[in-house]
Amino acid sequence: MSLNFRKPSILAAASFALVTLCWQARADEVQVAVAANFTAPMKAIAAEFEKDTGHKVTASFGATGAFYTQISNGAPFDVFLAADDSTPIKLEKEQGIVPGSRFTYAIGTLVLWSGKEGYLDDKGKVLKKGDFEHLSIANPKTAPYGKAAIETLTRLELLESLQAKFVQGENITQAYQFVSTGNAELGFVALSQVYKDGKITGGSAWIVPANLYESIRQDAVILTRGSNNPAAHALVDYLKGSKAVAIIKSYGYGL
Amino acid sequence: MEASSLSAIWLTLKLASLVTVLLLLVGTPIAWWLSRTSSRWKGAVGAVVALPLVLPPTVIGFYLLLFMGPHGPVGKITQALGWGVLPFSFTGLVVASVFYSLPFVVQPIQNAFEAVGERPLEVAASLRASPWDAFFSIALPLARPGFVTAAILGFAHTVGEFGVVLMIGGNIPGKTQVLSVQIYDYVEAMEYGQAHILAAGMVIFSFLVLLALYGRRAYKGWSR
Repeated sequence: MSLNFRKPSILAAASFALVTLCWQARADEVQVAVAANFTAPMKAIAAEFEKDTGHKVTASFGATGAFYTQISNGAPFDVFLAADDSTPIKLEKEQGIVPGSRFTYAIGTLVLWSGKEGYLDDKGKVLKKGDFEHLSIANPKTAPYGKAAIETLTRLELLESLQAKFVQGENITQAYQFVSTGNAELGFVALSQVYKDGKITGGSAWIVPANLYESIRQDAVILTRGSNNPAAHALVDYLKGSKAVAIIKSYGYGL
Repeated sequence: MEASSLSAIWLTLKLASLVTVLLLLVGTPIAWWLSRTSSRWKGAVGAVVALPLVLPPTVIGFYLLLFMGPHGPVGKITQALGWGVLPFSFTGLVVASVFYSLPFVVQPIQNAFEAVGERPLEVAASLRASPWDAFFSIALPLARPGFVTAAILGFAHTVGEFGVVLMIGGNIPGKTQVLSVQIYDYVEAMEYGQAHILAAGMVIFSFLVLLALYGRRAYKGWSR
C-alpha cells in the first residue's frame, strides 16, 4: 500500500506523529537512585517536576549502601539521593560525581513508631518499661536511621537491655514493614514514613528529640553519567526550589 | 573471618540439616502418595508442592510474614499455643524453609518411587509381605538414589535461600542471620573483604555439592 499524501487526513496524522516524536526527543529522561526513606516525597516531587518541565523521571528506591555498590559498578543512574552525607562524600572523593553538585536536600527525623493507637507516649517511656517482644530497627551498619536509633538508645542507656529484642530490616522500609504488619510492636523508622501534612498518619509515635542522635543529613549528587543530561541538572535545581522544599517539609524533614 | 561470619555459617548448617531431616520425613509420604495414587487430587497436590519452584521468594516471604504474624491465621494459633509468633525466630525459618524447599525433596523421591514400579511390591505381597514390610524392605532400598538426590538438593537449596529469610528473619545474629543474608550485609556495608571470604566459600561449597550430585548421576544414570 502506498501512502497518498494528497489526502489531508493522512497528512495531518503524519505531521502530528512527527511533532509528537520531536517533542518527546526534546524531553529528557533522568534516572534517579533514591534512598528508601525518601520514597513518598520523591514520588510527589517527581510528579510535579514532570508536569512543570516535561522531563521524565525514572526512580529506583533502595538502600544507600546497595546503591553505592551498584553505582561504583556502573549502574545507569544520573542523580543519587542518599540517606546520609558520607556515601555521597565517598563518591565525591572517588570522582564519581559532577564536581560541586553535592548538597543537602533534606535532614531526616527519627521516630519511634507503633501501629497501635496510644501505645507510645510523648516521652518514649515504653522503651524503659520494655514490655514488648520485638523492637524493629534498620540495619545500623548500612542505614543512617538504624545508626541514629543505636545512638539514641545509647544516650538513653537502654542499648544493652534492649539489644536482645532487636529485629533488623535491611533498610528503613523493611524496618517499617515489620512494625506495620504487627510482627514487631514498635520500631525506629523515618518520620517521613508515618507523617503527612503535620500529623502522624496512623498508630502512635514518639518523635525522638534531635539531641539524642547525630543529625541525619541526606545529600544528593549528580553522578558522572548525568553530567551531560539536562534533565539531571533540572531535577537537582528543582529539588532546591520552593515547591520541592514545601513537599519535603510536609513529610516531616528538616532543612 | 569475623565471629559473626562463623556464627552465620554454623546457623546455616544447623538450619539446613534440620530442614533436610524434616523434609525427608514430611516429603516421603507425600512422594509415596503422589507416585501411587490415581486420586483426582493428585494434580492439585502436585501443583501445591511445586509452587515454591515458580513463586518469587518475595511472594512467599510476604505471605509468611502476614500469615505467621500476630494478625495472621497461623500466628493466632501459635500465640494461642503459647509459642509466640514465628517470624524473627529460628523456628520460623525452619517452617519457611520446609515449605520453600519441599519440591526439591518430594520430586526426586517421587520419581524414584515411580521408577521402582508396581511389580516388585506385587511380588513382595505375593510372598505375604505386609504393605509396611514391602515399603521398608523393597521400595525404600530401591528408591535410595532418589533419597540421596533429594537430601542433597534439599540441603543445598536451604543453604542458598535468601529472599524468604530476608523478609521474615529480622537479621538477628545467631538466630536468623544466615550466610546469604550476612553476605548481603557485608556488601551493603562495603566490607568487600569479609563478603569475599563467605561468597567465595559459597561458590566452592555449591560446586562440590553439585559435583557430588552430577558425578553420581553420570556414574549411575538419573535417579536409579
